[in-house]
Amino acid sequence: MDLWLSDEQVALQDAVATVGKQLFSSEQVRALAATAGVDRASWSALAEIGLFSLRLPEPDGAGLGIAEAVLALEQLGRAFVPGPLVANVLAAGLVDGVADGSVIVGLLDRDEDPLLAENLDAVDVLLVLDDAGVIAVEPSALTATALPDPADPLTPVHHVTAIPGGRPLGGPELAARWRAEGAVLTAALQVGLAQRSLDGAVTYARQREQFGQPIGQFQAIKHLLADALARVEIARSAVYAAAVTIDDPDVGDVARRVSAAKLLADEAAVGNGRTGVQVHGGMGFTWEVDAHLPLRRAWVYATHFGSIDDHAELLAEMV
Amino acid sequence: MDLRWSAEEQAFRAELRAWLADQLPSVGPKPDPQDWPARRAFDTAWQRTLFDAGYAGIHWPKEFGGRGASATEHLIYVEETERAKAPYVGTNFVGLLHAGPTIINEGTDAQRARYLPPILRGDEVWAQGFSEPDAGSDLASLRTRAVRDGDHYVVTGRKIWTSHATVADHAELLVRTDPDAPKHKGISWLILPMDAAGIEIRPLRSVMDTDEFSELYLDEVRVPVENLVGAENDGWRVTMTTLSFERGSAFIADVITTGVLVDQLAEIARKVTRRGASAWDDRGLRAEIGHLKAELEGLWAMCLRNVSEANRTGLVGVGGSVFKLRYTEARQKLGELTARVIDRAALSMHDVAGRPTGFLVEDRLHSLSMTIAAGTSQIQRTILAERALGLPKDKR
Repeated sequence: MDLWLSDEQVALQDAVATVGKQLFSSEQVRALAATAGVDRASWSALAEIGLFSLRLPEPDGAGLGIAEAVLALEQLGRAFVPGPLVANVLAAGLVDGVADGSVIVGLLDRDEDPLLAENLDAVDVLLVLDDAGVIAVEPSALTATALPDPADPLTPVHHVTAIPGGRPLGGPELAARWRAEGAVLTAALQVGLAQRSLDGAVTYARQREQFGQPIGQFQAIKHLLADALARVEIARSAVYAAAVTIDDPDVGDVARRVSAAKLLADEAAVGNGRTGVQVHGGMGFTWEVDAHLPLRRAWVYATHFGSIDDHAELLAEMV
Repeated sequence: MDLRWSAEEQAFRAELRAWLADQLPSVGPKPDPQDWPARRAFDTAWQRTLFDAGYAGIHWPKEFGGRGASATEHLIYVEETERAKAPYVGTNFVGLLHAGPTIINEGTDAQRARYLPPILRGDEVWAQGFSEPDAGSDLASLRTRAVRDGDHYVVTGRKIWTSHATVADHAELLVRTDPDAPKHKGISWLILPMDAAGIEIRPLRSVMDTDEFSELYLDEVRVPVENLVGAENDGWRVTMTTLSFERGSAFIADVITTGVLVDQLAEIARKVTRRGASAWDDRGLRAEIGHLKAELEGLWAMCLRNVSEANRTGLVGVGGSVFKLRYTEARQKLGELTARVIDRAALSMHDVAGRPTGFLVEDRLHSLSMTIAAGTSQIQRTILAERALGLPKDKR
């Protein structure tokens, strides 16, 4: 039993974090709003470090597991990288061109109401998921209307009113597997966002002075930030355990660990996002300061692969 | 990262499980919680049983009579004993988990030879004399004085929250030996013989209506200088080094116990009628139980991460404080959920209408202590903010 990262896992994490920082500075990320949240060159750079091919068997990929994918996505969440990251990690190997970044897929859950497709103008193929399986659809064949002013400026959305038939990628087994894997991968992004919000708030609390001292010296602020730290650490633990359990299902109940991980990670990302805004005070309510951005993204991810309420109910049913 | 137990760990677990199955039927009934001599006898008899089988001081180094188990083996030990409902460490707590480790780290060879074996064998019981009426969260402001007089310290002051004081042989005592030094620099760590003249024990009644702990009134108690552990005035550091024994393994017991309580609560909820349906049909209630289950999964994973960290570095980082903060709040949340499920059965501390609710009502009350004992949640948050997040220290 070892829930600490191996040296190889630390190296992977560092490599992804470095690329995240280089390619996705605050200015660069904000500029992506004009390109439906995705820039092809940066996307190719993510493919080059092996993000999408990570789980493919060698020599096409690195033969790694969900655990490593989780570590990578946590760092991309922390770097605030936009775009359909989880969909492409899931689809690599099943849809040609995804692994090398030349094809970008989006993912839509047919059971949602209303049906909103994200980053639609940036994707080459839209994958549609329901209990029966996954199909690949030509984005231009959808009946969809772009909605103005997305809640996360980097996650533009279309309202979809009709989905054409498509090429089947897999049946109910694939759908069930993607729902579990997708929930944990999204939870990893949430953990990264929760850490980003905390990092930003801590930096600000050390710099900003009021009443003649850094506001981070006041216990009222300290305790907000300590709670944020606790949220991210508990969520991170649950997400790592869930990922390891997906990779090795003999070690526990996959469904229970996945639901716990998604619920805790959603709460951490949203909770820490709110704390991040609050600690910045009035500046937190301005467009220029980044504090609002991870919260907006957390709100988006909280709707992916089951909401907090969905997972709470699933967990209760398992009692 | 992996969640598989190694062959050695599996063998350790299997052997322990078989041994527990063999031993536990001969353990007598639990004593009356108010009968401290009986509690001591029960706890120390179990400690002796552990000692004879080589399980005493599972996490103590081998050279001091322990088993030298890894943090993971300790985790397995706690899991198995908790699942088998083996006797709790009880009155052996301070000796095994605090005084003993302190003497291992900081004591002289003579002190180790004198005090460690009786702890492991269950021959001697220790109490703790740290907190004072005016030194709680601000422990370093303690005022109990120890004045050197020949080869003795003469100790005068008051200690509080001392558990099982009436049946202890020794107490680990923090005293002020230099009143002029800065508060952390004038403290010493003494072994107080509980039969010394001048000690008065006044039991305190807890909200549970039990004599859970006592106040110690110390009036010119003469303590031999040889009972000083570590250097004079170095007692603050001495007591902090004991934390290096904390590897987070024991937390697994809290996760297991709480998991059982949640399951029992769900069981009751399925049987209780509320507005013509079972309480379990209330989606709001189920949502809260689901949240609690998620929290327990997170705490379980956090506990394993802490143990994994300890296996690598020998220490638990911020995880210990995070665990305590979240666990204690989850337990209190459970208390309030309990009340929602059992409704007016919560008016009694005993079972009502043939349903097993008494222990849940008792647990709700008892959980009040959890966010206070061993560092309040507020102190934990301040520690996390300063030590883990590097925020500037406030004026405390």
